Amino acid sequence: MNTPGKENLNDKDIQVILGTLLRAGVIISMSIVLIGGAIFLVHNKGAITDYKVFKPELSKFSSINAIFKGVLTFHGDAIVQFGILMLIFTPIARIVFAIFSFLIERDYLYVLIGLIILAIITVSLNGGLAH
Amino acid sequence: MSVLLFTIIVLVGALLAGLLGSLTGLGGGVIIIPLLTLALGVDIHYAIGASIVSVIATSSGSAAAYVKEGITNIRIGMFLEIATTIGAVCGAIVAVYLNANYIAIIFGCILIFSAIMTLKKKVDHSTLDNSDRWANFFKLNGSYPDKGVEHKYAVKHVPAGFLMMLVAGTLSGLLGIGSGALKVIAMDNIMRLPFKVSTTTSNFMMGVTAAASAVVYLHRGQIDPGIAMPVCIGVLTGASIGSKILLKTKTDKLKIVFAVVVTLLALQMIYKGISGL
Repeated sequence: MNTPGKENLNDKDIQVILGTLLRAGVIISMSIVLIGGAIFLVHNKGAITDYKVFKPELSKFSSINAIFKGVLTFHGDAIVQFGILMLIFTPIARIVFAIFSFLIERDYLYVLIGLIILAIITVSLNGGLAH
Repeated sequence: MSVLLFTIIVLVGALLAGLLGSLTGLGGGVIIIPLLTLALGVDIHYAIGASIVSVIATSSGSAAAYVKEGITNIRIGMFLEIATTIGAVCGAIVAVYLNANYIAIIFGCILIFSAIMTLKKKVDHSTLDNSDRWANFFKLNGSYPDKGVEHKYAVKHVPAGFLMMLVAGTLSGLLGIGSGALKVIAMDNIMRLPFKVSTTTSNFMMGVTAAASAVVYLHRGQIDPGIAMPVCIGVLTGASIGSKILLKTKTDKLKIVFAVVVTLLALQMIYKGISGL
């Protein structure tokens, strides 16, 4: 993976930062899910579940806006969904970091590749395709 | 069923799924989806949404360790992520409009295929022939450390591998699984990567691939906090325990038993899918 003539330490540093970023993302987001889950269970433990039929119209937190609004009300399910959103953003943050590190290495081909991946995710994130 | 009981059952099931998934190399997603749909009657759309979240959690967690060791080929990973993310977004969009019965049938077939793949003896196809034009252009050839020695390797058949990754990404988005079995075919058999590099790089790619489809699922309301919460906590915990046991035990017998169980689950899903059409 080391391009000849490039600083060896540089790649190693990037790997360590990348690894730490991924781990931190998972730990933080899963802690939020856990806290949200506990609040959710305390308030809803007796409620009856019904997941037999897929009813997308009943989903309360199916956009980033709705999730942020929900978190402010301290509802457990909103906090869980916020944690899940952070988890989804962990690998995306990894791509952003990789783009910057390739920029520092002046590997513009891989900066472009990173931007393409980011563009694909952004297009689907904007919901233009999903709605 | 009350929310509390449902959460506890799913949590225990997801823990086992994560544990077995990491011990056998099948991944947690392929086990948790049949469990949710067959045993608890959950609609497959919700099951897929929850599973994809757990795929992000487990793959990011283990990728973190591999990346630090320097085995993962980040360039190969990112190059192929173009294919897997395009595939994943397309797969996830199709899944939204596809009848649950069809998804169950496709899922069953992939499940049987994955089970067979875990039983097949792996043959190392790695090569030092660095004449592939695409591999040179995209700087994919590399080396990895093993017991203090750097092993060099070269990459072959890049376009074919890329196409296979497109298929792997589509199935990942369609079914909410990591589709590790297909990624391994693309990287081991077609692109001729050494095992260590292919398994860790496949893992590295899974997070971004799953995130691309998760975004579509989220917008469509397929990610329900009530199911996703116990699933991702359970699978992640199970997978972490599994990765610690894995170093100490031989898993050959377990793999056979597990492949049989998974095949039975798969047949049941296919049967249920067909009878529901």
